[in-house]
Amino acid sequence: MKKAWQLINSSLLCLSIMASTTGSAHAAKVVLASGAVGKDIEVLKKLVKPWEQRTGNTLAVLPMPSSTTDQFSQYRLWLAAGNPDIDVYQTDVTWAPQLADNFVDLTPYTKDIVAQNFPSIIASQTTNGRLVALPIFTDAPALYYRKDLLEKYHKAVPKTWQELTATAKYIQTKERETGHPDMWGFVWQGSAYEGLTCNALEWIKSYGGGQIVEADGTISINNPKAVAALNMAKSWIGNISPEGVLAYKEEESRGVWQTGNAVFMRNWPYAYALGNGDDSAIKNKFGIAPLPSGGGNNKSAATLGGWNLAVSKYSKHKEAAISLVKFLASKEVQKYRALHSSNLPTIISLYDDQDINQQEPFIAQWKNVFLHAVPRPSAPTKIKYNEVSSKFFSAVHDTLAGSGSAKDNLELLEYELQTLKGNHW
Amino acid sequence: MFNKAILPPPGTSSLQRQKLRAAFWFLAPMLIVLFCVAAWPLLRSIYFSFTNTSLTNLYGGEWIGFKNYLTWKTLSSGHTIYSGTLADPAWWNAVWNTVKFALVSVSLETIFGLMVALVLNAEFKGRGLVRAAILIPWAIPTIVSAKIWAWMFNDQFGIINNMLLSIGLIDHKMAWTANLDTAMLSVIIVDIWKTTPFMALLCLAGLQMIPRDMYESAKIDGIHPIKVFFQVTLPLVKPALMVAVIFRTLDALRMFDLVYVLTPNSNATKTMSILSRENLIDFDKFAYGSAQSTLLFAIIALFVVLYIWLGKIDLSGDKS
Repeated sequence: MKKAWQLINSSLLCLSIMASTTGSAHAAKVVLASGAVGKDIEVLKKLVKPWEQRTGNTLAVLPMPSSTTDQFSQYRLWLAAGNPDIDVYQTDVTWAPQLADNFVDLTPYTKDIVAQNFPSIIASQTTNGRLVALPIFTDAPALYYRKDLLEKYHKAVPKTWQELTATAKYIQTKERETGHPDMWGFVWQGSAYEGLTCNALEWIKSYGGGQIVEADGTISINNPKAVAALNMAKSWIGNISPEGVLAYKEEESRGVWQTGNAVFMRNWPYAYALGNGDDSAIKNKFGIAPLPSGGGNNKSAATLGGWNLAVSKYSKHKEAAISLVKFLASKEVQKYRALHSSNLPTIISLYDDQDINQQEPFIAQWKNVFLHAVPRPSAPTKIKYNEVSSKFFSAVHDTLAGSGSAKDNLELLEYELQTLKGNHW
Repeated sequence: MFNKAILPPPGTSSLQRQKLRAAFWFLAPMLIVLFCVAAWPLLRSIYFSFTNTSLTNLYGGEWIGFKNYLTWKTLSSGHTIYSGTLADPAWWNAVWNTVKFALVSVSLETIFGLMVALVLNAEFKGRGLVRAAILIPWAIPTIVSAKIWAWMFNDQFGIINNMLLSIGLIDHKMAWTANLDTAMLSVIIVDIWKTTPFMALLCLAGLQMIPRDMYESAKIDGIHPIKVFFQVTLPLVKPALMVAVIFRTLDALRMFDLVYVLTPNSNATKTMSILSRENLIDFDKFAYGSAQSTLLFAIIALFVVLYIWLGKIDLSGDKS
């Protein structure tokens, strides 16, 4: 069975890589599996050129589906089959504890560069003392707002969710009256997938409702503040957010936003550079701010995202793969990514870099967002994280779609999580 | 039928026996292939369902009996707690979704397929071209057509909303795939669009078997066309129709790709295959997912038996 898998996978790979098999006979061809959102792949191909020239190796990119849930499943299958064809995997911040056994320990190879990165990010990629993936950029979502519309209606950038709801409703109504019938107040990611876990975690955390499962493993989701947060989000559907938001992932919400049909959007940094592209209807018309808070003493919360590179234990070109990972995680590449695809660096000193501050001043603003970043409960729930996340986003999706009340669904979720947890995570 | 071919009835000549032996050797490669690609994986996943195998530990699973199906524990307080697939509400939700989908989509496809076949059976100019053209939805890979439909169903830029709005059938943009009430409807619409041609083709084959002179004599007797349809066409096309319905039902019960692309993870449309894949891969509960796919196999087998028994049809074609 293992053999059969390998055969199927390698033949698939051959097809996709055939086009790019040039390179000299001795040099290794390193295959990298990576999600493809926005212009990720295009940028990646451009920025590995110096590494290809220096080492003589070549890079082949294997584009993955845009849903991170799908990416993870595919990775798990390949790794379970011991697939030797893929050398490097681009992994989400939550995947390290779940896939750790299949990746090479990078600790001995990265002693010189690890200390440059945010310690919290390195910690998130370390399981049982093994550094299984090296961060290449970090991610935290922000509130995108239409500067021109806020100015037109003399509204301030909302600090709380209540303000956001009121402002969005007001501008949406006014704009629709003045010949813009497709205008919506707020778009976000409500499809039942990992992205909804991120969105909902932000509402709940910023309402003071905890973070689903706390760092010590306690299940905290069933509380009145979390119920209030979900009820608020439910009130948006069909009101300031299109009903279809319940099927939106990042790219669908960006579609509505970038065609100029939304006042606010919750999204990751990648949408910043794309929104200012030449084909964008809202070029230079928008700004970013930290996500709103639940009001009172509550602080805003942004889910910590970010992508990392891991080297497969089954790779035949481990040395070349490690050199590629180190190159892609290096300061020069992170700077290039910051300048060209608005990815946030994981290297602390880059936040004070002059070029970045001059060309992409918003990155410094993101430092504020980053300060309020909240991790998903992947560390305490370990190998069960995916199931926890799936149960959580299903409960939230049911609530938002009107199947059961927030109170009932969260109570049921608490029970399900307790069953899943058993004696320990 | 197969047994008949292999075991020579008593009193066959040596020449016949030699022929039969040759036939067996010609069939053997195909049998081996079928065993490898159909029987072995099936037996293997049935075996996995009785173990505690996980995807990270594929070869080290231990036998745990029926625990993946149903197990219970009585607490000291007297409460009995059931767990396992058969006590899992998510599983029964998926079963209900799948059965609902199969019943609705297959009945509508049968009706539409028969209608299309009746039209195609008539003599008209360019019939060959129309027959070829109608197969296009069936020929497009499901993953591609599902993605196309996903964009057509998109609430903001989708062409479906645009068309319905402009002719005034709806007054606001509908979120077809996101709304729990319309999610299943969207999946069924796409499935009907895709598989009606297949049904039409099978029905057409049946229709063409009906001798033309039966219609001619009905015409001479002056019988109303609707009566002709119910008294002549339908009974004669029934065997072909039954085969088509069975094929489609089996197909519909293991439905996966459409839902996976159109409405992934939505509890309103999750089918048995989707749920089983989720457990197999996403949740690293390989054995639990195997138990679910074994149950799916059992349910499909049950449907076939029920159907053959209820319809009392003779699949081999020779009426006894």
